[in-house]
Amino acid sequence: MSETKNPDLGALRQKLALIERGGRGETPVLPFGVPVLDGALPGGGLALGALHEIGGFAPAEEDGAEGAAFLAGILARLEPSRPVLWCHLRGDLHAPGLVPFGLAPERLMLAQAGTEAELLWAMEEGLQCRALAAVVGELDGLSLTASRRLQLAAESSGITAFALRRRRHAAPVGADEQPTAAATRWRIAALPSRLSGEPGLGLPLWHIELLRVRGGRPGRWPVESCDATGHVRLAAAPAADQPRRAAG
Amino acid sequence: MTDASAKRVMFLWLPQWPIERLRREETRGPFVLATSVGSQRLVSAADPAACEAGIAPGMALTDAWALVPDLAVASADFTADAEALQRLAAWCGRWSPWTAPCPPDGVWLDVTGCAHLHGGEAGLVDEAVEQLARRGLTARAAIADTAGAAWAVACFGAGCKSVVPEGGLATALADLPVAALRLPSDRAETLARVGLRRIGDLYPMPRPSLVLRFGAGLAARLDQALGRLDEPLSPLPPPPQLWVRRRFAEPIAAPEQIRAATSELIAGLCRRLAAEGEGARRIVLRLHRVDGTAALLEIGTARPSREPRHLLRLLDERLGTLDPGLGVEDMLLAASFAEAQAPAQYRFALGGEGRGEETDDDLATLVDRLAARLGPRAVSRPLLWESHWPERAVRFVPPLDRTANARAKDERPVRFLPRPEPVDAVAPVPDDPPLLFRWRKIMHRVRRADGPERIAGEWWRQSCEPRDYYRVEDHDGRRFWLYRAGLHRPDAPARWFLHGVFG
Repeated sequence: MSETKNPDLGALRQKLALIERGGRGETPVLPFGVPVLDGALPGGGLALGALHEIGGFAPAEEDGAEGAAFLAGILARLEPSRPVLWCHLRGDLHAPGLVPFGLAPERLMLAQAGTEAELLWAMEEGLQCRALAAVVGELDGLSLTASRRLQLAAESSGITAFALRRRRHAAPVGADEQPTAAATRWRIAALPSRLSGEPGLGLPLWHIELLRVRGGRPGRWPVESCDATGHVRLAAAPAADQPRRAAG
Repeated sequence: MTDASAKRVMFLWLPQWPIERLRREETRGPFVLATSVGSQRLVSAADPAACEAGIAPGMALTDAWALVPDLAVASADFTADAEALQRLAAWCGRWSPWTAPCPPDGVWLDVTGCAHLHGGEAGLVDEAVEQLARRGLTARAAIADTAGAAWAVACFGAGCKSVVPEGGLATALADLPVAALRLPSDRAETLARVGLRRIGDLYPMPRPSLVLRFGAGLAARLDQALGRLDEPLSPLPPPPQLWVRRRFAEPIAAPEQIRAATSELIAGLCRRLAAEGEGARRIVLRLHRVDGTAALLEIGTARPSREPRHLLRLLDERLGTLDPGLGVEDMLLAASFAEAQAPAQYRFALGGEGRGEETDDDLATLVDRLAARLGPRAVSRPLLWESHWPERAVRFVPPLDRTANARAKDERPVRFLPRPEPVDAVAPVPDDPPLLFRWRKIMHRVRRADGPERIAGEWWRQSCEPRDYYRVEDHDGRRFWLYRAGLHRPDAPARWFLHGVFG
């Protein structure tokens, strides 16, 4: 993680970032507490008051389990006294399953929408409510326009928005490459856990990929899944672990 | 039963109610009320003079005019009839503190222990009929041990003033037609067709065959009339209704006019709520259209509120769905359910902008807005429940409910399928996790597994076979929650289900 060698370039970057934020001062951030991760993000952490997009690989993405768990870890550390509005279409989120990743069930407020348009509306409503810590929306599609609206709503209220992508298997290849206005785009996938002598399942491992980040550096890291305080840790051996895509 | 016979109920039947309610200032002569059914105008009620001329309710208005050219006609207004009946029931409070309207045209009074103030029960009946006659209302009154019997005797009895002596129910009812049991007319006809015309005909029938042949409704009505089944009546007065109303000189139909009127009504209602120290939990907006029909909109709030802006936003969300028809002549806004609310919530203006000054009120506002658009049940919070059975481990409760969560069970999936999905699995029997399984057309090869965790159905519930749950990890590292249903049986293939996905 080396800082840029040219100090002018750094200053210029800061200036640009300031312009991007519409002239407001430093954006507050939420660090992961993992130096390589935080170093890849502008300001040393996940920008608050912005839209972040979290996805996975097909077909696991449709289930949205790893993404939800990763998100639970972030939410666990984000203003723990405030509730989170979680907008969904399917009603399969299981609150007890999020507890090991640090998100207390008391903080969850669920809103079930009938259509994606309603869901986006609900997210925007939530982003205007200052009593919330964050707004999550489980989305199949996310157009540039919709993402821009969410990003603007998040910016003006300072509440962080997360788009948890749950694209259907059948989505055409490359559909996920559509640009959105999100500040970061992540891809989370399960990694085979390390075999140890002990029977049973080991600690779950994730492959975290930062695909796109405004003013930062994309990268990918194998990590151990969030602990009960919502922190991830780099996995011991940085093996050439790449999640295996299901054939077809 | 002794306690049932201790009660005395009076029923006042006003057979000419809708007519006489409007008649009072009208001139003499045949008079009918008309209502629109589809494109037709039908007679809904006719006074005795009109009936004598051959006019009957249900007749087309044009036919009635053919019979009586100088027929006086007014529009029927069933809402106004019901409201006036409510007021009449309140007026009947002079005879008993406990009165209830019985739509469309009657009033119940519980006169237990009240009669001696009016010269005994016979005197009370006389007085009621006379007082109502003085108000231009034809009434038939009856007192009996049960509400059902009083109704039967008032509507079908011989005279217009009857008192059924205590314990004399069976005798008094025996000769009345079965319709006196408050049955729908088609049901009464069915009974008549099989020869059961009088209530007395039903007495010797064994109860099980009565229920079997004519449904539980008939048996219940008979029991209510004879005092074998208690019939609770909801008495007046309901809590003072908080409502505001606006009539328009000219019917309005444009959305912006309706919105402006709604906004005015809300302001008025909020003032009334403030005066009462209440906040609305449920609000009903009624648009009375020129054709006598009404459009209705109802919204709920998570917390009592009398904030005009908030309430307007909630209504505004769905105001567009209201059809004004040909025009709206009258709008009514009522707080159908209100709760006490603290006088005013002054907040300290905290320094700095943005976050900091918000309270739970903001959350309640958000909940209301979401519920108004997505539906009242769409917004919830998960409540962890002390149940081993996975399907019952989480309940969904209103978002501002403060019930404490049970402790979360270990090793539960992030995604939980509301209905377990059957999977094709290959597993060595009897107690081993599967080696392979196919879920949603994708084959998963199990690399590691944990289990089984046996979850038995709660014994007090039926039809829950035990399940053996396994957590498995496939070759990609994805983790699933699978179970084998039922106990292992060598003769039957094991049935496997996928119930959740871990993160």
